[in-house]
Amino acid sequence: MRKAYPTWFAGGALILYGILVLLPSLLGLGYSFTDWSSYSSDIHWVGLANFKTILAPNSIYVSAIKNTVIFTIATIILKTVIALALALLLTSGVRRLAYLYRALIYLPALLPMVAVGIIFKSIFDPDAGLLNSMLRLVGLGGLAQHWLTNLSLALWSVIGVDTWKGVGYIMVILIAGILAIPREYYESASLDGASSWQAFIHITLPLLRPVLAVTTVLNLLYALRVFDIVYVLTNGGPGYATETVYTTIFNAFSLGQWGVATALSTVFLIIMIALGYVAIRVMSRPEVA
Amino acid sequence: MNPLRSIRATVNNLLASGAGLIALVPIYLVFVNALKTQADASSLSTELPHNLQWGNVGTVIDQGNLVTAFFNSVLYSFGSTILAVFLAALAAYVLARLRTRRHEILYSLLILGIAVPTNFVTLTKVMQFTHLIDTQIGIILLYAATQIPFDVFLIYAFIGSVPKELDEAAFIDGCTPIRTFAFIILPLLTPVLVTCGILNILNVWNEFLMPLYFLNNSDNWPMTLSVYNFFGQYQSNWALVSADIMLTILPLFLIYIVAQRWILSGMSSGAVKG
Repeated sequence: MRKAYPTWFAGGALILYGILVLLPSLLGLGYSFTDWSSYSSDIHWVGLANFKTILAPNSIYVSAIKNTVIFTIATIILKTVIALALALLLTSGVRRLAYLYRALIYLPALLPMVAVGIIFKSIFDPDAGLLNSMLRLVGLGGLAQHWLTNLSLALWSVIGVDTWKGVGYIMVILIAGILAIPREYYESASLDGASSWQAFIHITLPLLRPVLAVTTVLNLLYALRVFDIVYVLTNGGPGYATETVYTTIFNAFSLGQWGVATALSTVFLIIMIALGYVAIRVMSRPEVA
Repeated sequence: MNPLRSIRATVNNLLASGAGLIALVPIYLVFVNALKTQADASSLSTELPHNLQWGNVGTVIDQGNLVTAFFNSVLYSFGSTILAVFLAALAAYVLARLRTRRHEILYSLLILGIAVPTNFVTLTKVMQFTHLIDTQIGIILLYAATQIPFDVFLIYAFIGSVPKELDEAAFIDGCTPIRTFAFIILPLLTPVLVTCGILNILNVWNEFLMPLYFLNNSDNWPMTLSVYNFFGQYQSNWALVSADIMLTILPLFLIYIVAQRWILSGMSSGAVKG
């Protein structure tokens, strides 16, 4: 029967993936230990020098890693909490037009991040932008901010925009998860006198756990690689306040510091494989497919 | 209905429409400002245009090289998606049917790609070495390669629900493996192939980083890159920038309106069983 399934069927996928995804990562492991750059055609072994540069205290690379972690944790929490609230609202709170609301809230997820970035660059404009104008209009002019150039605020503005765009996608998945829970559970719970809050804590949340695991993994893998939105909104600024791992790699690449850029990619690769291993275990659990 | 319940229903409806509004306003801004004069659009306000400047559309198509960019985007997203989904289906099929140790290792290796970050520096080297850099076929192959892991993952899970007896019976009746796959398995995979296809097309259409690294010739740029470049040139003219964004997202909206149910259910079918 083995002849019915020739292994070469997998060949096309493996070759393409092997050459364009695996090979660069493996080469990167080697080049991380060299002074490879655009300034010289000679490449020398420099041992751990690149990693020392990256992990030196107060280096821009460490702050990029820190920003990426803050971005990741914040967007996971914000998207999950808001998406769950909206999913509950649209599956049980609102009957009329629920389908329309769902389609509307999903809409931003459809847009290219580049377009979203440009739109929000205008919305965040300190003088004429919609956000500050609205705040002034309702008498909260004191809250108007330099959203993208304030050192302590810029990263949070980026996080806000990313949440605006991403929440609909997570909501759509959670709605499907909630609708897959058998209605009988809720009926018998209400017969037993359970409040809707108790039903949420004891039925919805536990049964939604595998779906929440999947959305968390999706958010995680996306957030660690964040690039477009930062590149367009702040380009890492002000200073290095919103620099992330991918924008830093791009900068090092543009400056011709290829050894450092590969070393940073390698550090990142190891983190991602460790997380990816956990992620795949989570997604391959029998109750989710 | 008692008063408390109707208050609660009103609050719920208000919350839902508020959320819908927040999602919609930035998109609305693009559409109203796209048809204003440069002066009227300078503050990108929510006001409706006084008189519609349809000329903006023509200017943008001309200056932004949008027709070429549109067809490039179509070529990259559809080309890479067809290739990735087809190769992933072939691979997932044999790997899901023959679960020997070797096949399981190959499967794990493939889906590891879901997490592996792209090493752009060494990838540039590989792209140069294979003469794929700055070519349309190169970017299509690259996109296909990056989509394959997730496609294999989804299709592999789906093949579990296709009875093995079908392909075994076909094989015993003398059907070659290629014919079995093409005429028996592939049609049964249609739902998951559609899901993969929609996800891939949307991903590639909106992707920005690969062309930024690997396409220097502006004739090869997809819409995302040409929009960004246009924004760089016309920063001060929000009317034209809005018109450019409008034309970029319009095809997506049309696809969304036509295939809304498929997209919304496709998005979740990877994550939720049933």
